[in-house]
Amino acid sequence: MVSLKGVINDPQGLVVEDALHHLGYPEVVGARVGKFISLELDVEDLASAQLRVDEMCQRLLCNGEIEDYRFDLQPGPG
Amino acid sequence: MSVRFGIAVFPGTWSDRDCAHAVELAGAEAVQLWHGDRDLKGADVVILPGGFAYGDYLRTGAIARFAPLMAAVREHAALGGLVLGICNGFQILCEAGLLPGALLRNSSLQFRCQPCWLRLEAPAAAFFGQCQPGGLLRLPISHGEGRFYADKETMAQLNGEGRVALRYTDAGGRLTDPANPNGSLEAVAGILSEGRNVLGLMPHPERACEPLLGSSDGLLMFRSLIGQLGSRT
Repeated sequence: MVSLKGVINDPQGLVVEDALHHLGYPEVVGARVGKFISLELDVEDLASAQLRVDEMCQRLLCNGEIEDYRFDLQPGPG
Repeated sequence: MSVRFGIAVFPGTWSDRDCAHAVELAGAEAVQLWHGDRDLKGADVVILPGGFAYGDYLRTGAIARFAPLMAAVREHAALGGLVLGICNGFQILCEAGLLPGALLRNSSLQFRCQPCWLRLEAPAAAFFGQCQPGGLLRLPISHGEGRFYADKETMAQLNGEGRVALRYTDAGGRLTDPANPNGSLEAVAGILSEGRNVLGLMPHPERACEPLLGSSDGLLMFRSLIGQLGSRT
């Protein structure tokens, strides 16, 4: 999951928040729109995948000047 | 010997021919530089033009910065060579780390295509030598993601070092919210690198080179570059 840093104005999030208010959800007090990226990896173990994915985030998937990222790993079939 | 401009072509670039036309109008030679090559073909100035490089997938410019051509552009810039990034080219320069900051989705969430007033903020003879210092330029913008952002420290550094080249203003040169078309931080429209040899800007000077198009102010920038290089030889 890659999303704009909290200090950065997210106009898409503001529009979503406004739309939800119009639909009758006044309890929504914040909305941010980010990107969901799904990767399939062929690796031996999750520990090494953790390091590799972190590197991928820093080198390409996330621009550290404006975005934060977080990810989780799930073992696939087999 | 005439000054040679190398104009980068990435998959999806569409302002390369407009740039070549502007360069030729200004009296210099234009050659196309293919993104897959590392060859700058002897260019004195490299232009990264507007468009959508590699579809701008993931983020604008995020993939283009890995193009083989960009390695050559980095070397050129490191040696003090002149680089001009226009619109998508500015986005690529930021992603490539040749300029600080980033360009985000316009605060209006709309694609904005309109003429703008730009105030010349910083002395940068190479790019603006033939423009009036502190004067206004009339150039069009055409982008959906041009909202400049940099963190506080970077912004302070850009201001402190006089590296904000252009800001969006109204016709009187005043900074106002309506005159800022994309919500850029401090109305920044263009910035310079530390060495002042790399300029990134969102407006399109190549589309303001003939009176028929509403402004010839862009031609001053191309002539400034030619003048700068002519005086070196």
